[in-house]
Amino acid sequence: MSVSIQSIHKTFGNYTALDDVSLEVPNGSLTALLGPSGSGKTTLLRIVAGLEYADAGSGRVLFHGEDVTDIPAGERGVGFVFQHYALFKHMTVADNIAFGLSVLPSKARPAKKEIKDRVKELLHLVKLDGLDKRRPHELSGGQRQRVALARALAIRPKVLLLDEPFGALDAQVRKDLRRWLRQFHDEIGLTTLFVTHDQEEALELADQVVVMRNARIEQTGAPQGIYDEPRTSFVYEFLGEVNKLDDGRYVRPHEIELLFAAEEGVHLAGRVSHLFVAGPFARLSVVPEKGSRREIEVWATRDQVEEMALSNGDIVGLRFPEPKGSQRPRKTSEQEDPHEHSI
Amino acid sequence: MAYQSSTTESATVRWILIGSACVVLTLFLFLPLAAVFIEAFGKGWAVFEAALTEPAAASAIELTLLTAAIAVPLNTIFGMAAAWLVTKFRFKGRAFLLSLIDLPFAVSPVIAGLVFVLLFGARGWFGPLLQNLDIQIIFAVPGIAIATVFVTFPFVARELIPLMESQGSDQEEAAVTLGAKGWQIFLRVTIPNIKWGLLYGVLLCNARAMGEFGAVSVVSGHIRNKTNTLPLHVEVLYNEYQFNAAFACAALLALLALVTLGLKTAVEHFTGHSAKGRH
Repeated sequence: MSVSIQSIHKTFGNYTALDDVSLEVPNGSLTALLGPSGSGKTTLLRIVAGLEYADAGSGRVLFHGEDVTDIPAGERGVGFVFQHYALFKHMTVADNIAFGLSVLPSKARPAKKEIKDRVKELLHLVKLDGLDKRRPHELSGGQRQRVALARALAIRPKVLLLDEPFGALDAQVRKDLRRWLRQFHDEIGLTTLFVTHDQEEALELADQVVVMRNARIEQTGAPQGIYDEPRTSFVYEFLGEVNKLDDGRYVRPHEIELLFAAEEGVHLAGRVSHLFVAGPFARLSVVPEKGSRREIEVWATRDQVEEMALSNGDIVGLRFPEPKGSQRPRKTSEQEDPHEHSI
Repeated sequence: MAYQSSTTESATVRWILIGSACVVLTLFLFLPLAAVFIEAFGKGWAVFEAALTEPAAASAIELTLLTAAIAVPLNTIFGMAAAWLVTKFRFKGRAFLLSLIDLPFAVSPVIAGLVFVLLFGARGWFGPLLQNLDIQIIFAVPGIAIATVFVTFPFVARELIPLMESQGSDQEEAAVTLGAKGWQIFLRVTIPNIKWGLLYGVLLCNARAMGEFGAVSVVSGHIRNKTNTLPLHVEVLYNEYQFNAAFACAALLALLALVTLGLKTAVEHFTGHSAKGRH
């Protein structure tokens, strides 16, 4: 089921949370709403769910062409997974998962046996077999997360919405669960929209990444496309590390070639102010000898650094890639210095 | 020198503090309570029993139970409604409503009683109207019930507001997205989450409803066998120098307080455990 969001406005008092936001989420896709906190991404997700309503008379939300703007959350058929899971603490895992089925009017409600089977099937799907009798406080963060997912899926939603699905988890669990979710999505093929402030997460997981900032969408596209061709300086900064050169060009640390200062083709010479080697990689901070002397981040291999016998204080030469269009992105909407917004 | 943590005082200071706390506790809490029971049973069980079963006492006990039976359910409902409103919604006048809930705690119970006399008394604002309709509120059971409801209003609400505030609306919202209707959410999600806090509030509300003196004293008129609650009856007996009877009734009230405290501790014990388990 595709989701279509058409020029949504949302204000809370004087605060504008969403300013004319439109978005198409293709059927079966996994779409990430990526942005810093306060960018409006969670509000957008809640509007799609029906937990929040757009300003009167502003936009529309369509599910597969059908207007659901005025349909209450309970009747939209969305599965919503909350950032802190919002499991019912006083219920067992099985009762949590069965909740959506047990509140159906008696005519539509499946028989007890059927509900039980469905719960079992869902527990198997999220790899929590045998934990049906546990209570939420007896589970780990990752397990709670999957119970919340199973509970949301129990009502056979048309769309799955996840608010910061990995936000409250440890780094390792996060990575595992991320991969698992991607596989899971590929298996069940449910149109999924998730909110994150972690660019790595968005780029790794999603088919489509929507970068948001200050109540607006900055750019929408496939992860690779957005990373390679950021349209605004904000997107450039937000998706991974980037150097802003004196001529206004943006260059990613791995795109810079590290040479000896006297070598041919050097664009800029500078002094190594910091050298950090981790495994096969090396990260260098280089202070240019001329111009603004703004530190430039360079990523090289350990082999190269060792071959050049570099250490702190050495003078090196930097060679930048040939300019292409995307390296001079247009300024972001407010014409602010994007450096203030980097994370 | 023995190891001493930076937050531990010297032995002398500790003993002075602990000792004075014990003296204060004995003087002001333990001794009075013991005195009540000793005086009550001073002339034996028969006198004690007689003091509680004589008609005036029986009527006072009955009226006290009736008052509590009216005030506690009402304030349970009001309290839940107020807590729900204040914690789940943001609206203009919310802060005002919050202070209004505290009002009965802030004003002296005597003033609370006087307010109702001014409103519903024979010379009060609604006095003539009530007289025409032949309804008596002041110096009658309705007045006592109203005064008690007023005085005990904050207990349930005050207990629930911080609890519901800390729980947020996540679980209710989850229930909404799963298709639950309003009453299903209330019965299956909200109530189970607040039940211990609710019970705690109800217990305190009940203890106060049965023990309230000031406000009830003003509106009751002290009509023996008719408008005397148990605390008022104690005062009447005491003023008539029937000390053993007065203390017998006082012992009953004290017992109620002890039972309430016991139950309250039990509730805390329970919630303490489930709270620990939650995190």
